[in-house]
Order: sequence, then C-alpha cells, then structure tokens
Amino acid sequence: MEATYKAPETLIDIPTHYCPGCGHGIVHRLIAEIIDEMDIRGKTIGLAPVGCAVLAYNYLDIDMCEAAHGRTPSVATGIKRVHPDKVVFSYQGDGDLAAIGMAEIIHTANRGENITVIYVNNAVYGMTNGQMAPTTLINQKTLTTPHGRNEENDGYPLPVCELLSVIEGSRFIARTSMTSPKNIIKTKQLLEKGFKTQIQEKGFSLIEILSPCPVYWRMSSVESLKFIDEEMAVTFPLGIFKDWDSQN
Amino acid sequence: MTLTEKNKKYLLTGNEACAEAAIQAGCRFYYGYPITPQNEILTHMTIRMPQVGGTSIQVESELAAINMVYGSAAAGARAMTSSSSPGISLKQEGISYLAGSELPCVIVNIQRGGPGLGDISPSQADYFQAVKGGGHGDYHTIVLAPSSVQEMADLVFDAFDLADCYRNPVMILADAQLGQMMEPVVFNKKYEPVLSKKDWALTGADGRERNIVKSFYSVKGELEEFNAKLQKKYRQIKAEEVRYEETNTEDADIVLVAYGTSARICKEFLNKNQSLNVKVGLIRPITLWPFPSDVIQKISERAQAILTVEMSAGQMVEDVRLSVSGRCPVHFYGRTGGGIPTPKEILKKISEIVSVKEKVTCTT
Amino acid sequence: MLEKVILAGLGGQGMMLLGRLIAHALMLEGKNVTFFPSYGTEVRGGTAYYHLTVSEEEIFSPVIEEADALIMMNLPSYIKFKDFLKPDSKLFLNSSMIDKIDNETNVDIYRIPATKIANDIGNIVASNMVMLGAYNEVKNLVSIPVFLSCLKNVLSGRKEPFYEVNKLAIERGAEFVRNIKR
Repeated sequence: MEATYKAPETLIDIPTHYCPGCGHGIVHRLIAEIIDEMDIRGKTIGLAPVGCAVLAYNYLDIDMCEAAHGRTPSVATGIKRVHPDKVVFSYQGDGDLAAIGMAEIIHTANRGENITVIYVNNAVYGMTNGQMAPTTLINQKTLTTPHGRNEENDGYPLPVCELLSVIEGSRFIARTSMTSPKNIIKTKQLLEKGFKTQIQEKGFSLIEILSPCPVYWRMSSVESLKFIDEEMAVTFPLGIFKDWDSQN
Repeated sequence: MTLTEKNKKYLLTGNEACAEAAIQAGCRFYYGYPITPQNEILTHMTIRMPQVGGTSIQVESELAAINMVYGSAAAGARAMTSSSSPGISLKQEGISYLAGSELPCVIVNIQRGGPGLGDISPSQADYFQAVKGGGHGDYHTIVLAPSSVQEMADLVFDAFDLADCYRNPVMILADAQLGQMMEPVVFNKKYEPVLSKKDWALTGADGRERNIVKSFYSVKGELEEFNAKLQKKYRQIKAEEVRYEETNTEDADIVLVAYGTSARICKEFLNKNQSLNVKVGLIRPITLWPFPSDVIQKISERAQAILTVEMSAGQMVEDVRLSVSGRCPVHFYGRTGGGIPTPKEILKKISEIVSVKEKVTCTT
Repeated sequence: MLEKVILAGLGGQGMMLLGRLIAHALMLEGKNVTFFPSYGTEVRGGTAYYHLTVSEEEIFSPVIEEADALIMMNLPSYIKFKDFLKPDSKLFLNSSMIDKIDNETNVDIYRIPATKIANDIGNIVASNMVMLGAYNEVKNLVSIPVFLSCLKNVLSGRKEPFYEVNKLAIERGAEFVRNIKR
C-alpha cells in the first residue's frame, strides 16, 4: 500500500525533549515539511536559540548553528551576508527575541536583512522552569509573578509584530496560532510565505506563533489551547501586520 | 584610497594599517561600532570593503558585531571586528561562544584607559581580559601584540592564518598610541589561501552530511571531553606559536619585559643608556598568549633581576613571575590611566633595584 | 640625524595637515617617521597637537619628552608645551597670536607673524605654511619640492586654487626668517 502521509525527510526521526502538549514539535514539523516541499534542504541554514528550542538542531536534518541568547538575528546576518544565495532562518522564543535579544531583532529588521524569523511565543520562560516572559499576559501567574503579572512592577506584554511592522525595513510580519487544524494549516501557509519572501529577495520576514506551554501554564493541553484562543489572542491579535506584496 | 601596491611605503595610522591588512589578508566581512580610539578601522572598512566586494556593517551594538562575526566565521569566511576596551568588554560573551564553537576570527582591541568609561588615552590594562579568557569558561584566544604600525599590518595577516589553522579566535592587542600614530608601512605579505579546508562550515548540507556549529553539550561527559580537546589544542599552540623579540639579553644584568608601546619606550631607554655600569636587555613578547614563559625562565637563571614595564597597574608581571618562579627578583614599573612610562622613569626604577652610574670610559 | 618636533595650535589652524605632509615628504625621502596626532575632543577647537619624530635610524619611543623644536600657533599651545623645550632647541612662535612668553634662555626663538603674513597674501588659513617656511629655513629638514608634490596631492579638485597661495606662504615664511637672520 502506498503511504499517503509520511514524516518529512528533513525531520529527524528521534524523540524530542519537548514536554507533553508543547507547540515546538509542531512548528519543527511544519518547517521540515516546507523545506521538503520547497526542495531547499541542501541550501537552508537554521539558527537555534537559547531557550526550549536550543536543541532544535537535533531534529532538523539541515546545517544548523547555535547562537548566544538573543543573538540569532545577528548570527543569521553574519551567515546570510556570506551566503546570500542560501535560505537562512532564525528560530527564537519570546525571552530570546523580545527580552534579551530585542536590540538585535529590531536592527536586523531595520536593515531589511533578507532572513526569515520564526518566533514562538508561549508567554513564559520554559527552559528555566516558568518565569515571567516579556509576553506574559497581565495577571498571568508564573514562577516570578506568583500573584499574576502586575503592570506597575512588571510592565506590559510586549507586542513584537506591532513594533516590527512599523519599521521601514521589514517586509512580511504576521501572527498566527496553532490551536486547531485550521490554524496549523494557516500557520504553515504563513511560514511558507515567510520563506518565499526571503527566496524572492524581498527582505526581512517574521512569523510569530502563539504556542502552548501546558506544563508552566499549569493547565491541561486542552485548557492551554483555550487560553491561547480566549486570552492570548486578545492581547496578541492574530493576522498579517505587514505584507510587502499587498502594499506594492 | 588604494594601498595595494607591493613594496610601496604608505604613511598610515595603526588603525588604517590594521584594516587594510585585514582586507589584503582576505577578510571580506567586518562588523564594527564607533568608539575612540579605533574609529579609523571602521571608516577604512566602510570605504574599502565595497571596493573588494566585501561587507562592512556599522552595527547597533558590540554584541551584534561579535555575533555577526560568529555567523560569518561559521559560514566559512574570514571575518573581523574591532573596538576599544569598553567595547571589548561587551564582546566577551561572543568571544567565549566563538572559542566554544571553535570558530576562526580576528578581534582587534585598541586599548584605552579604564576601568569604566575611563578615557581615550593609550593603556595596556586589558591584558588579563585578553590572555586569561575574558569571557566565561576554560578558553584562550591567541593574543598578538604589535609595537609599530608595520608590525600591526604584519600581525593581522598572521592572525587570520593562525585563526584558520587552529579554528580559534585571535586577538590583536594594541593601544591608542599604536592605533593613532602614523608610520610608514609596506604591505608585502601575501594572502595565500592554501588553508585547511573548512569542511565544518555552514554552507547548506547539499550532497553531504549536515554540519552543526555549537558550543552546547547537554549529554553528561560530552562537555568534559570537548574541553579536553580544547586544552590539547591550547597545548599545541603553546608549543608551536610562541613569539618574542630579544634585545641585548645575552649578558644582561637586568632584563626588561615589555610589549607594544611600552616596549618601544624600553628600547628608547636601552638606546639612550648604553654606557651604564649595569647591562640592560629587553624581551618583547609578541604573543601574549601563548606567553614566552620558557625564554623568561631561562633568562631568570642568569639575570640579577627582571623589570616588567607596562601601561597598567601590573598585569603581565604576574605571568612573568609565574615564568620566573622565584629564580630572580621580578620588579614592576607601570603607569595607569593614560600615562606612558618614560625612559627617565625606567632609569630611576633600575637605580632603585641596583646601584647605577655612568660608566667612565678611559681614552688614552 | 634625529629630530623631534611638536606642532600645536587651535583646532583648525592646519597643524594636522602640516604635520602629516611633513611626515609624508620625509618618508618619501627615505627617512623613518613617526607622527602622533592628538585625537581627542581638542581637535574640535581646543589645543590640537602633533608629535613628529624623524630619524635615519629606527625610531623607538613614539612619545616626545624633550623636543628639538616647537612650532606653536597660539598662546595656549605655547603654555602647554613650553616645558618640552630642551637646551639649544628652537622655538617657532606665531607672533600674531602669541605676544608674551617666558624669559626663555638657552633656546633660539623665532617670532613669525604667520597669521598676518598669510592674511597679507590673501589666505589667512595658510599661516601653517608660513610656519613651515620659517621652520625649514632654519632646519633645512624637508625638501620643499617633495613637500609641494605632497601638498598638490591633497589640494586636488576644488581645493586646487589654494595651491599657489600655500606655496607662496612657504616662501614668505622662509623670507621672513632670512630677514631676521640678517
């Protein structure tokens, strides 16, 4: 019997280190599918962040580079400038991108660096046991906001897509989620668009994916998806924030 | 400005010579942030890189600069960044990662006075930071210390070769004096890209096994194994790459140890005081790491005393003392905060160590 | 032969250009040179100073502690560097801007109204070249044709018209010193 659905070749067939209900595995798979479908496995270079996805290089069968916390956009810049003909993507979490690496992401976007950034936002520091992230919602409880995030002390959830979309150098900026098969398909389409933006040499693209962290949200997987739909997506509305194609 | 004619003398600042040598050594990727007294490197790169099809980016921070170097080095290219002391502090995280990922690159530090914002005067107070690692973890960068504009150019060529040869970051440790002053320089070294093939570089895994550049070892035991490999490499560098210059050390009573600008001052002292009743020589380390311990040890077996001269409160002197291990007294003279030792001050210090007088020469 | 000269003036009086051109010309004549310019905020309006060491031998210290000559364009420069004078050294003063100095003994003093001379020939900015003319008349260090060829390279394009007046300024500086000598 012919297999009609199979694992992508780019996805290495080993168990991941991710927690039950975590979104990273799905995002990895989507990236692997896209690399297979676009037939760019031999010319893609990925960057793993510091954070839960630090071991991303164990799961994707492509050239990969690990970078210091928050610095993947700069490392990606260094690689892309050497190999402008290769497809370079940076995979980052919310702490990596929106806290310690905020300067790097803003300036990489502002230079219009022709790379694709996959930004997985789960509103918490998972790797270090669940502290507040720059994207933790108001009143959301974490290890370091035991009574809920209080804007007077902790400030507000940081809207990355909104910030990057007003920067002249950015080309394609979108936010999506993975709470349903429909949303996952949508996410894949947006990721494809991100890679195409780069391949067509249009410039900087970033796709933010709202992703569940049931373990540190102290929720079941189902509750986590509901939390994304009903609460996270209110603070971080889904949609395309900037699309160079539609503006030109 | 084209500076590519062989055997022609150009009058350049140390900074310009450094930048031009990097280009002629095949560096095509430079990332920098403005800071005095090394701005001419960034300026020169901005002008010259486009002429040779290279990339020069004025970046948003030193962190971005060193991490772009990390990326370009990982991609297999010759890459460089430069800064001065406060900026080099900011780069330390990246330098540790470069060492941990075994990536070849060149980092230039045109030192200024510290700590903190300090001032923009010449200084040698970043010695510890440069030779002991500077960032976290057990690592070393190879550290080269020029003492003239010509040597700045020559050592930049060597720095790229050493970096590629050992897959290790190499630092050029100079100071504001060497960066800012102009001297004639000839670019005669040839860039010969007969280097070890960078089959580890990230180029896309087309037709081969994938490459991973990383410094993260999550499986117990792996990191210790990797560290053992690094230490083996460092032992090899220590055995093969030590460089120094000796002046009048054969029968010297007192041997000066100084590098960079301080060594120039010491040479002036030797030149001015040839008729003293004590014989004074000089060892000028050219590699600060690996440090020329063996020669200093040998000299300490026959010299009366060693005097280390630095533009710091006493940093290299610790490595001198380790090399001497008590075989003879080790003295120190240093100036800080932009002060440069003078030959007179060195003479005074030597007078404190031994009884110094002008030799009376009889002519009959 | 070893000559250590300190050039100093107000930022904008052209000491950087002068020092660099002298160094360049001497390099072309086969001498060793080390030229150390000040690079701090003083280059934008303070006392900008330049250390120039010339030798037929290897130059060791790039720092000047005792100068063979000072070329001082204004009073703050003189005050800053007067202690660098050693016995029998030469002090070249732009007397248009330095009226009073210490009672210097053991030093040959040349008072050249460089700003006035430059102004009289139509370009006040050429006072640096007047000083060069005077200095070189005494020291005979630089070959003026070689220096002028270096100057010509700098004054290309829209700055070309300034070449002649600079050349004239050098001659006037030399002439002024010859007249003092007489």
